[in-house]
Amino acid sequence: MSRKLRATALVGVLILAVSGCGGVGGGGDSGGGEKGGGALSTMGLSLSDEIATTRVDAFTRDHPDVRLQITEGAFDEQQFLSAVASGNPPDLVYLDRKLIGTYAKRGSIQPLTDCVGEQGIDMGQFRQSARDQVTLDGTVYGIPEFSQVRVLYLNEGLLKRAGLTVDDVNLADWAGLPALNAKLAAVSGGRLSRIGIDPKIPEFLPMWARANGAEMISADGTKPNLTDPKVVEALTTGVRLVQDQGGWGKFKSFRDTFDFFGAQNPLAKNQMVAWPMEEWFLNQAAKNSPKAELVVKPFVDRQGKPLSMSSGQAWVLTKGAKNPKAACAFVKQMTATDTWLAAARARADARKADKLPFTGLWTGNTAADKKIFDEVYQPTGDKRFDDAVAAVRQAQDVAFAMPASPAGAEFDKAWTDAVNRVLAGQQQPGPALARAQQEATAALDKAAG
Amino acid sequence: MATSVTPAVPGRRRRSPLARREARWAYLFLAPWIVGFLAFTAGPMVASLWLSFTEYDVINAPRFSGLDNYRQLVSDPQVARSLGNTVYYAALHVPLVMALSLGLALLLKRVGRLQGFFRTVFYLPVMTPAVAVGILFLLLLNTQDGLVNRGLALVGIDGPSWTTDPGWVMPGIVLMSLWSLGSTVIIYLAALQNVPGDLYEAADLDGAGPWTRFRHVTLPMISGSLFFTLIVNTIASLQMFTEVYTMYFGNRQTAGSFNSDAASFYVIHLFREAFQFLHMGFASAMAWLLFLLILGITLAQVKLGNRFVYYEGEDR
Repeated sequence: MSRKLRATALVGVLILAVSGCGGVGGGGDSGGGEKGGGALSTMGLSLSDEIATTRVDAFTRDHPDVRLQITEGAFDEQQFLSAVASGNPPDLVYLDRKLIGTYAKRGSIQPLTDCVGEQGIDMGQFRQSARDQVTLDGTVYGIPEFSQVRVLYLNEGLLKRAGLTVDDVNLADWAGLPALNAKLAAVSGGRLSRIGIDPKIPEFLPMWARANGAEMISADGTKPNLTDPKVVEALTTGVRLVQDQGGWGKFKSFRDTFDFFGAQNPLAKNQMVAWPMEEWFLNQAAKNSPKAELVVKPFVDRQGKPLSMSSGQAWVLTKGAKNPKAACAFVKQMTATDTWLAAARARADARKADKLPFTGLWTGNTAADKKIFDEVYQPTGDKRFDDAVAAVRQAQDVAFAMPASPAGAEFDKAWTDAVNRVLAGQQQPGPALARAQQEATAALDKAAG
Repeated sequence: MATSVTPAVPGRRRRSPLARREARWAYLFLAPWIVGFLAFTAGPMVASLWLSFTEYDVINAPRFSGLDNYRQLVSDPQVARSLGNTVYYAALHVPLVMALSLGLALLLKRVGRLQGFFRTVFYLPVMTPAVAVGILFLLLLNTQDGLVNRGLALVGIDGPSWTTDPGWVMPGIVLMSLWSLGSTVIIYLAALQNVPGDLYEAADLDGAGPWTRFRHVTLPMISGSLFFTLIVNTIASLQMFTEVYTMYFGNRQTAGSFNSDAASFYVIHLFREAFQFLHMGFASAMAWLLFLLILGITLAQVKLGNRFVYYEGEDR
C-alpha cells in the first residue's frame, strides 16, 4: 500500500471515529414483521422500581422473540427530537401525557387506531381524564399509565392548636379563606414560620379555576379561556392567600426549604396546616411520619363537590418506528389489568418487607385499580391512613385533566408566566391573564396552521 | 544546445521533500480537529443559517419562509426582554469579575509560602458543576434562611428577595456568577508574576508611589491579560445558560412552578423556543443574531484594545 493510500485510509478512519455511529433508536435490525419479534427500543422509561421491572419482566417472559432495548432515564425532549431528526427514533417513547398534543400535531408520533384495534386494547378501561390527554381531534395517540391526583392535606394537630377542626377548613367558601388563613399562618416580625393555606400556584391554578366553574382551555385544546372572570377570580383568590402570608418572596423562600421526602418534612416540622398536593406525599408521610396527625380530604369546588386534577404518563409510537407490532404488544401488556396486578403485588411485598404500608397503586386503568384494591390492598388499621387512601380513591373518580393541545407547552408557559408576574407584583391578575390570553391564542393559532 | 533554466521566483522557494513530508504529517495530525470542526461546528453553523430562513419544527422538513424569523426577532417582546437581561448581566458581571479578580490576584501576589494553597482555594469553585452551583445558590439566596441574608442581618440589613423580586433577581445571579471568578484570578496572578521587578525598582527610584506604580507599570504590563479576560468573560456572559436554567427553569418535577421574566436570558429563551416549543427555525435566527452581536462586540473590543494593550516586543 502506498504511503498516500495509507494516509487517506487513516483520515477515513478518523472521520468515521469522530462522526460516530448509532443512536438511541439502536439501529440494528428492523422490526420483526408480522409476528412482532425482533428488536424493540424504548425511551423515557426507568427501571427504578418494582412497578416497572415486574411489568417489563412479564413482557420479556411472554415475548422471548423480542429483543427489548430500554434506554433508561426520564424523557428528554432534546434527546427525542435529535433521534427523530436523525431518522433513528426509538419505537416507543414514554412521556408526560401533556406533551402528546404537540407531538401529535406535528406528526412525530403515530395514531394508535390500528394498534388499539389489532391488539384489542380496551380504551374504555382507562380513566376519562387519562383518555382526554392522549386523544387529539378524536384520534388516540397514546396509551396512558398512572393517574396522579391532587388532594387536600391537613395537619390536624395544628388545627387543634388554632382551636379549629378539620371540618372548619372549607375550601368551598372562598370568601372565608383569608380569615381562616390568618388563623392558621404564623407570621411575625415579617418572618413566615408556618403556612396556613398553600394554594400551590402557579401549578394548581387550573384546579382552582375548575373549582370556580371555568376551563382554562377548550375541550379540544385549541382555544384559551384565560380571560374568563372566573379564572381571574381564582388567581386573585390564590394570590391573596400568598400575599397575606408575608408576600411571595417570603412564602416561596419558606416553601423552598421544605423536604417532602425526609423525616424533616413540613408535616413533621409543623410548617404547613392545609395544602393541596399530589397523592404521592401520602406514601412519604406513611414512611417518614407515621405518627403525624395527618388528615387527607378531597379538594372541593365552590359547591363543596369533590374535585381533583389528574396527570400521568403515556406510551406513544414514534413516526418511523421500526417494529410497531412488537411495540403495540408491549404497550398492551404494560397497561393490562393483570400486569398491573402483578406489579401491585410486587409493590405490596416490597412495602411489607420494609415494614411500610401499601397505600395503593393508581394505574390510570379503572379495572386494574379496582382489582388492586379488591385483591392486594389491605387496610393498615390506622384510621388516618385508611381514610386518606379512601380520599385519594374518591379523588381518582372525580379528576379532570388538561386536554391535549397542539401547543400545550406554549399554552402552559403563557399562563404560568402570567401567574408569576402577579406573584412577583409586576401585574394585576386581569391584565396578566389578558396578556397570557393573547400569547396563548397566537401560539395555538400558529400550531393549528 | 540551449538549456532551459527555471528562474527563481522571489519569495516562493521550493520546499524540500523533508519539509513536504513533515507538512503532510502535520495536516494528518490536524485532521481530527479539522474534521471535528467541519462536522460539529462549521457544518451546523451553515445548517443553522439555512434553517434561520425556514419554518422548521425538527420533525417535519424545513419550509422556506424568507425573512419571517428575522422579522419576528424584531417584533417579539420576549426576545427584546431576554436580550436586555443578558446585556444587563454582562454589563454588571464583566467589570465586577475583572475588578475583584485583579484585587484578589494582587493580594495573592503578596502572599508568600502559602500562595499555592490560596491559588488552589480560589480555583476550586471553578471545578464545581454548573448545575450544582445553580442549586447551591438557590439555597444561599433564600430570602428567609439563606446564608447571604443571614449575613446581611448580622449587620442590620434586611436582605432582599433575591430569587423572587424582579428587581433583585439579576443582582442575585451576578452574585452567583462570582463563584467562578477563580480562573480569572489565576490568569491575572500569572500575568502579575511576569511583570519584571526592575520596572518597579526604576519606578521607585523615580519616586513613584503605590498608585503610580500600579497605574503606570502594573496595568500596562498586564493589559494583555486584562484584554483577554475582557473578551472571554464578555462572550461567556452573553451565553449564560446552565446555572440560571437550573435555578429558574430546569426542574422538570416543578414544571409550571415559579420562574421570572427577570431571569429570562437570551440563550435560555433560544433553548426553549428550539426544544420546548419546536420553533427551530426561529431559534436558529436567534442564534445568528447572538453570533453577530458577539462578533460585533468582540471586534469593537479588539479595535479599542489595540489602543490600550501593550504587547512585549511590539513596536509602538
